[in-house]
Order: sequence, then C-alpha cells, then structure tokens
Amino acid sequence: MKQLLILSGKGGTGKTTVASAFIKLSNCKSFADCDVDAPNLHLVMSENMEPVINDFYGFQKAFIDNSKCINCGLCEENCHFGAIRNFEVSVYECEGCGVCCEICPQNAVSMTEYASGSLKLYKSQNKVFSTAKLKMGSGASGKLVTAVKKQLLKEAHNSELVIIDGSPGIGCPVIASISGANLVLIVTEPTVSGIHDMKRIIKTAKQFGTACIVCINKFDVEMDNTKKIEAYCNEIQIPVVGRIPFDNTVIKAVNNFKSIDEYQDSKAAKAIKTIWNTIYENYLLSK
Amino acid sequence: MKIAVLSGKGGTGKTFVSVNLACAAESAAQSNLNSVYVDCDVEEPNGNLFLKPTNIKKSGVNVTVPVVDNTKCTGCRKCSDFCKYNALAYVKDRLLIFNEVCHSCGGCIIFCPQKALKERQREIGVIEEGISGKTTVFSGNLNTGEVSGVPIIKELLPKLPDNGSVIIDCPPGSACTVMESIRQVDYCLLVAEPTLFGVHNLSMVYELFKLLKKPFGVVLNKCLADEENPSEQFCKENRITIIEKIPYDKEIGRLNSQGLVAVRENGTYKELFERILDKLVKESLQ
Repeated sequence: MKQLLILSGKGGTGKTTVASAFIKLSNCKSFADCDVDAPNLHLVMSENMEPVINDFYGFQKAFIDNSKCINCGLCEENCHFGAIRNFEVSVYECEGCGVCCEICPQNAVSMTEYASGSLKLYKSQNKVFSTAKLKMGSGASGKLVTAVKKQLLKEAHNSELVIIDGSPGIGCPVIASISGANLVLIVTEPTVSGIHDMKRIIKTAKQFGTACIVCINKFDVEMDNTKKIEAYCNEIQIPVVGRIPFDNTVIKAVNNFKSIDEYQDSKAAKAIKTIWNTIYENYLLSK
Repeated sequence: MKIAVLSGKGGTGKTFVSVNLACAAESAAQSNLNSVYVDCDVEEPNGNLFLKPTNIKKSGVNVTVPVVDNTKCTGCRKCSDFCKYNALAYVKDRLLIFNEVCHSCGGCIIFCPQKALKERQREIGVIEEGISGKTTVFSGNLNTGEVSGVPIIKELLPKLPDNGSVIIDCPPGSACTVMESIRQVDYCLLVAEPTLFGVHNLSMVYELFKLLKKPFGVVLNKCLADEENPSEQFCKENRITIIEKIPYDKEIGRLNSQGLVAVRENGTYKELFERILDKLVKESLQ
C-alpha cells in the first residue's frame, strides 16, 4: 500500500481540487480528508453515501465539583493554561493534563470525557472515505487526524493506493498526517506567500524524512514566480511534476459539487491528468 | 479598536485584507493613534512579505519542558504514568523525554517524589516587531517541526496597544489558535470566497462567533460579476452584515503575487479599504 499525501503550507492553493481529481482519475478506493479544521473533500466526493458518524474524544477535561471544593485555589495556581478562574474550568483552555485533579486536597476535581469532534466514515461496496470535523476552538487536531487515518486504514486493507487531502500550515494536524505517508505532493502557487509557505512545508516534511514532489497551481498568474519555484526546487533536488493553469472552470466545478475531472475539456483538468500520470508512473507504480 | 480578520478556510484573502486595512489605517490614523498589524498565522506568517518591515526587533518564544537529573531519578515512573501526552517514558533504566509532544503542564515536575525533574526553556519560534510606513508590524513565526503555535500567540497579544487600529491576521479555521487570537478583540471580520467550500467553512466560523458573542461582519472577496455567489446567499439568509464586496481583479492578483500592498499602489483600492475601515469603526460602535 502506498500513501500519497497532499499538502501546501499555505491555504487556498488547490489541495482539495487536486486531491479530488486524483481520486477520480486513479479510481482510488480508499481516501481521507485530514483537514479536520475545515474539511471540504466530502462536498465533492461523498457521492450521496451516508456517513457513519462517531464522537471523537480527544483530551479529557477537568471538572470541579463545587460541593467538595473549599476554594483553596491550588488548582488555579498550578494550572499552566490559565483554564481555571473562580473555581471553574473553561473547556476551551483546559488541555486535560490532570494537574488540578492530582493536586486538589479535597478530590473535588475529576477528569471527564469530552467530545472534541466527530469522525465520519463513508462506505460503499468498494470505496471507503474517512473524514472528520473538529469542534470549534478545540486543540486536539493532531489526535483527530491520527484517528481519521486509523479509521481509513482499518477498512482499506487491500488498497494499493491511499490518497489523503491534508491541511494548511505546518503544525500538529500536518505533522500527524505526514506520519506514514510514502510521498508528499506539495501544491504551491506562484505568489510570494505561496513560495514562502512551500519552503516551510518542504523543510517540515524533510525533518520527518518523507519524500516530496511539487506541482504549481495557477502557474500562469505570475510566470516570474513560477520560474523561481522551479529554480528553487531544482536547487534542493525536489522534482516539480507539473504546472496547472488558472482556470475559472475550477470554481464552477466546486459550486456544482463536482470534481474538476468531470470537466474533461477544461485546461485545469487536462493539466491535472498529465500530472497524475507522471506521479503514478514515476512514484507509485510498484516496479 | 482591535479587529480580527478570519476565514474558515485558507486562501480566501485574510492576509490581503489585513495588510491593506492596516495600510488604509495609516492615512486615517491621527498622529496620536497607531496603526498596528499583527500576524497571528504563525504557521504560515505572510504579512511581512507585503509590509517588509524594517528596524526589526526579534525575541525568541520559549516553552517550558522538563529536564531530568538522572542521579536523583529512582525510576518510580510517577511522572510517565501521570503524563497524559506520553511525553515521558522510562526505558532501560533511563527516563526519556519527548519534548515535541510535551504540553508544558508542569505536572511531572510537581509530582516527582525525588524532585529529579526541573524546568528548562526550549525555543519554538520567534516574535518580530518592526515598522512599515506608519504601521507597527508584529509577526509570530513558529519553527518548522513544532506542533503548536498557541504559546507564540499568547505572547504576541499582550504586546498590542489598546488605542489606535489594531488589525489581527488570524490563522485559518476555527481551532485553538483562532480562539486564542480573537479572545480580546472588539470586532471580527470574516473573509469569504464565492465558492461552496467558502460557504461551508464560513458557516463553521459563524458558529464560533455566535458562541463567543462577538460582533462580526463579512467581506466577500474575489467576487465574479456574473457568477452566483453562494457566500453572499449564506450571508443574506442568516442576516449577516456584508461590509463590502471586493471584485475578482487580475490587478490584485498581480500585486499580491509580487508582494505589493494594493492600498499603497493604487488609489481605487486605497479608497475601497478606507471605506471598509470606516464601516468597521461604525459597526463596532453599535
């Protein structure tokens, strides 16, 4: 089994557009959306399947029993997260470490389960799609990403290929998604922000020893920057596997709940198809 | 006033709107007020690429992690049993500490019966303060390989002045870093793009505001003249204030891709963002 993970560093470069097209083109049977903060893949990929939804319990939260509390203040004093004020715990700041619970002389604090999101699994006869939604303000995104992948891999036992749509940034959800990936495709764009964030995500992936390749979306928006990206990747020996032109059809496709692949004559779809063939033949095909 | 600029998803134009609002505030700001731009998107801080601040003062941001004195550790495993994040493990007569997964709760240090653990400072990123035109620029930057930017944001926000116009460029989404960024603001401005993805994520952040009871409005970015705009429909259905519609414009795309600030390059955009700023001041006073 090969795991292809799609990242970008910066938001809005086209991860989900590329991921959904790849899933269709490769007739992929097992795929996931690890952007638990702002999941979008299900909008174009759920194919009228109904998901099985389960609560996800990330970190426990502390709860103070007022009938036992003697207002000694030890919990507030020792909480490093500023989560306790006036002998009450704020669920948004509590990270479930358990210090208050351990330190309370009255055993007034207990740790309780807290649903910090929901896991969704779409299954049909031959396909499985795993995704999730983090509850607002929650901090367990890395853990939830790990759960999304675990849920997928449990069902995808004989898949040759797994495609994972990742999240923006370089923090915990991204790091959690990198673990176990065979190949990271970085979708970048030719803007100063796109280049800056691409460099950071390459550095992050390298720290975890994962192979990276790059494709440039909306490459014709600023040719000078496209050339800069290619020169930089060349210099650090990261292959650039293709360019995708700016194409309004992509917006039309999204607004019709469709993958760009369904608009086969569009410039973007043709470019993505070429890129997919390049990736499949050079990096995923078991030789 | 403090204005947070947010969006459910990445790439809708938060940094574009934030940077231009800060620059529009320069001319609007009287001499006794400040224009301040703050980049809280610490995983992908891009404001500096446009504002190009000078006179940079850098300071490291540290988190506290435990360090063990092996001569005192008796291998009782109280610390590793206590740790909810599996940041400590006692293996082959030695205590191993995995700094990357430590949440800095301090529990292991407090509860070690031998007092074998001490605090150590570990740098996870930097805060930069500089100046661009008349705008003070604060920017948080998380080191690659680090999991959480929250400590950087927590250190950034107390540095901000209470008067003048303070524009906070937030991370995408609605997770812990976003909550942290908007805790103290007067007004939240959502940047939405005209796609179903945009609406889907807009609706999530909308829930967050209702929860936090923050006043908010929406800027619709990249609007195409004769295409339908699902985000606009969503705002109308939910009676959300639309502050402004910014058209999709290749000129903005060009300026943005080169790291130039539209307000500083183009009179039309200067007027547009000054208008947005005026509306925000009026909205937040209501």
